[in-house]
Amino acid sequence: MLSYTLKRLLMAIPTLLIVITISFFLMRVAPGGPFDGERQLPPEIEANLKAAYHLDEPLPMQYLRYMGNLLEGDFGPSFKYKDFSVTELIMQGFPVSLEIGGLAILLALLVGLPLGIAAAIRRNSTVDYLVMGTALTGIAVPNFVIAPIFALVFGVLLAWLPAGGWNGGAWPNLVLPVVALSIQQIAYIARMMRASMIETLGSHFIRTARAKGLSETEVIWRHAIRPAMLPVVSYLGPAIAGIITGSVVIEQIFGIPGIGRYFVQGALNRDYTLVMGTVVFYGVLIVLMNLIVDLLYSALDPQIRYDD
Amino acid sequence: MLSRQLIAALGGLALGALASSAQAFSVNIANGAEPGTLDPQKTSGNWETRITRALFEGLVTYTADGSLVPGLAERWEISADGKTYTFHLRDAEWSDGEPITAEDAAFALRRVLEPAIANHNANLYYPIVGARAINAGEAAAESLGVETPDAHTLKIHLTQPTAWFLQALAMTEAAPLPEHAIDTAGEHWVEPGKTVSSGAFTLSEWQPQARIVVEKNPHFHAAQDVALDRATFYPIDDAGSALNRFRTGEMDIAYSSVPSSRFAWAQQHLSDALQVGPLTAEYFYMFNLREGQPLADRRVREALNLAVRREVITGQILGQGQPPSTWYVPHGTANAPSGQMAFADMPMEARLKRAQKLMQQAGYGPDHPLRLTLNYNTLEDHKKIAVAVAAMWKPLGVEVALVNSEAAVHYATIRQGKFEVARYGMVATINDPFDFLGAYAKDGSASRASGYHDADYDALVARSTRELDPQTRQRTLTQAQQRLLDDYALLPLYDYVSVHLVSPRLGGWESNPMDVHPLRYLEERD
Repeated sequence: MLSYTLKRLLMAIPTLLIVITISFFLMRVAPGGPFDGERQLPPEIEANLKAAYHLDEPLPMQYLRYMGNLLEGDFGPSFKYKDFSVTELIMQGFPVSLEIGGLAILLALLVGLPLGIAAAIRRNSTVDYLVMGTALTGIAVPNFVIAPIFALVFGVLLAWLPAGGWNGGAWPNLVLPVVALSIQQIAYIARMMRASMIETLGSHFIRTARAKGLSETEVIWRHAIRPAMLPVVSYLGPAIAGIITGSVVIEQIFGIPGIGRYFVQGALNRDYTLVMGTVVFYGVLIVLMNLIVDLLYSALDPQIRYDD
Repeated sequence: MLSRQLIAALGGLALGALASSAQAFSVNIANGAEPGTLDPQKTSGNWETRITRALFEGLVTYTADGSLVPGLAERWEISADGKTYTFHLRDAEWSDGEPITAEDAAFALRRVLEPAIANHNANLYYPIVGARAINAGEAAAESLGVETPDAHTLKIHLTQPTAWFLQALAMTEAAPLPEHAIDTAGEHWVEPGKTVSSGAFTLSEWQPQARIVVEKNPHFHAAQDVALDRATFYPIDDAGSALNRFRTGEMDIAYSSVPSSRFAWAQQHLSDALQVGPLTAEYFYMFNLREGQPLADRRVREALNLAVRREVITGQILGQGQPPSTWYVPHGTANAPSGQMAFADMPMEARLKRAQKLMQQAGYGPDHPLRLTLNYNTLEDHKKIAVAVAAMWKPLGVEVALVNSEAAVHYATIRQGKFEVARYGMVATINDPFDFLGAYAKDGSASRASGYHDADYDALVARSTRELDPQTRQRTLTQAQQRLLDDYALLPLYDYVSVHLVSPRLGGWESNPMDVHPLRYLEERD
């Protein structure tokens, strides 16, 4: 398993290189630059700005410079957040995104899995329709609708919780963003778990288990749940990477200092280094998460083994 | 016995806490975006300067109503030829107790022009002898035309008299800087614990994307007049969130927190907090005037201007009290020129008739419609306005294709002159008509983008800058603007207004055209 892990990590290097290279040139091909704004700058000043960020060099040269710095772990200075390096921005924002995202995933699993299982066991019952109907609504209503409603209802009108702000991560400030962020995930996980549970319950080994005279509870808990989790686990890899790198909507509406906003703001501001930094970071995270998921697979399903 | 002592002690603590919270006067501010920098010479927006202005005092500075008053300079003289400014600095200290000297002021002016600092507004200091060459990297910063005969005197030599130069010095970019602190701390010298300030406040905390705290500076030269003890700036870029947090009472001031869609609601429910006032900013449509372009024809430009009912846009689409404009320089600007487009007082029917005639003369008609593209950057209001304008042009036989793009693409398109009509928002950096008129003069940003060239106009703008007599200058500015308007070089729509929320418990906060709100004047109302 160790050699498998090492092999996967080595294989990730060319993947990341390709991602970085494509992103670098795509970003530069996009029309409009970091200094195109409402106030059009005189040529002398624009030249100074370009020189300050080496944007006056030929593109291949800039690419080599960027890759060279990257090897030393230097993501470069942010164009917009001039007092910070991209590394600093990511390192300050990531723990926050990790906390919010981690809690949201945890909540999604704690709520989504039991709901999915319950719906599968009582298939076509009121419970099933209720759970699946709610889940469908959860998937259909996007974050940018749920979050402002939460802030308005629980923050302003009822005044139970803060309408926004981070406040050093105090729990009252965590509740609304975590719940808002988890709703869609709960819905996805519940639906996925239900479908996979139904499929598992119809398979031969479950029939055998029942034939052995095991009670329904034992059948479900000892035999069905583990294999039924597989699709959920493979979904979780990219979902966790996505959710802990932040959600721009949740962060903006609740004023959470995470890194999600950098993806969108960086791209809109043509903050080249910031976009590249977040892309690399996200890429590494995806690779790691997928690896962890594959390793988990072998733990859940004895048919999958990574010894070579 | 023990418990009684404990209760007494706890009671004492609670009372102490109450007393100190009653004494401390602090405000929470929803400040829009997260500052990218607090180096006053590297800032690029008002979400940054609102903080740097609290930390750094200029030689000249703003009052609550936005007018200029002495800051670190207690007085100054301008030579008769308008080319030498002599500033006399008051006895003042940096927040670390070091004296603020004329050398600190000279240092700041040299630094703002250094190419490596890459200051966005460095061109405002080009009137200083040697400045342009320094900024272009052709001369050393030491060659700048500033002298410090003694620790309290700063002389600035200009290449020509410049009517708006004091306005440029009021920018935080030009505020004296603590050379000693920058030398020690290096590039990132504006951080809590490192930075040394001259303004009414010092920087005490900066949690990126979460909050920035400034506290009263006991070394400030007018510290005895400052009532506010602490201000906390929150980066809240979503207007709806800022509005929510103002409503819960968490925020005392919320900048730009009422989108036009919520304005009527705010008028009804937050009328005692809503602050609306004119701004030195203009919303207009830029025309591409280059040869071969449909708008190179003055008749077409006049017709397009005639057909737009600006009051419909400001009244029905925006509804925040924006003055519809048939002029270019916003009326809130200091020394704003008078005059407007010739048709301004004509009834709408006559305007439309004339517009149709002009279009016919230009060769357009039902069989040969004028096809135009109209570019705007992504924002709901821009879209609504563009749709309305296109509808108003329709009776002239103009077929409009709307092109929406994100801001970076939109402004790049304008810069490269690849447009026919484009939405533009011109926001003044200094409170003077030059900021607007200069843009359409030779080498100005609007002139480069639109292809507008008029030697007489350029001469008038240049003369208005050199003219020191206010009345003569006003006439020259009016003439210059009139030339631009008579040429229908652009299509003005309205003067911007600022829309902020300020808790009614706060005094010393005033709406003003430059939208500057120094914290040092804030007071608590009973």
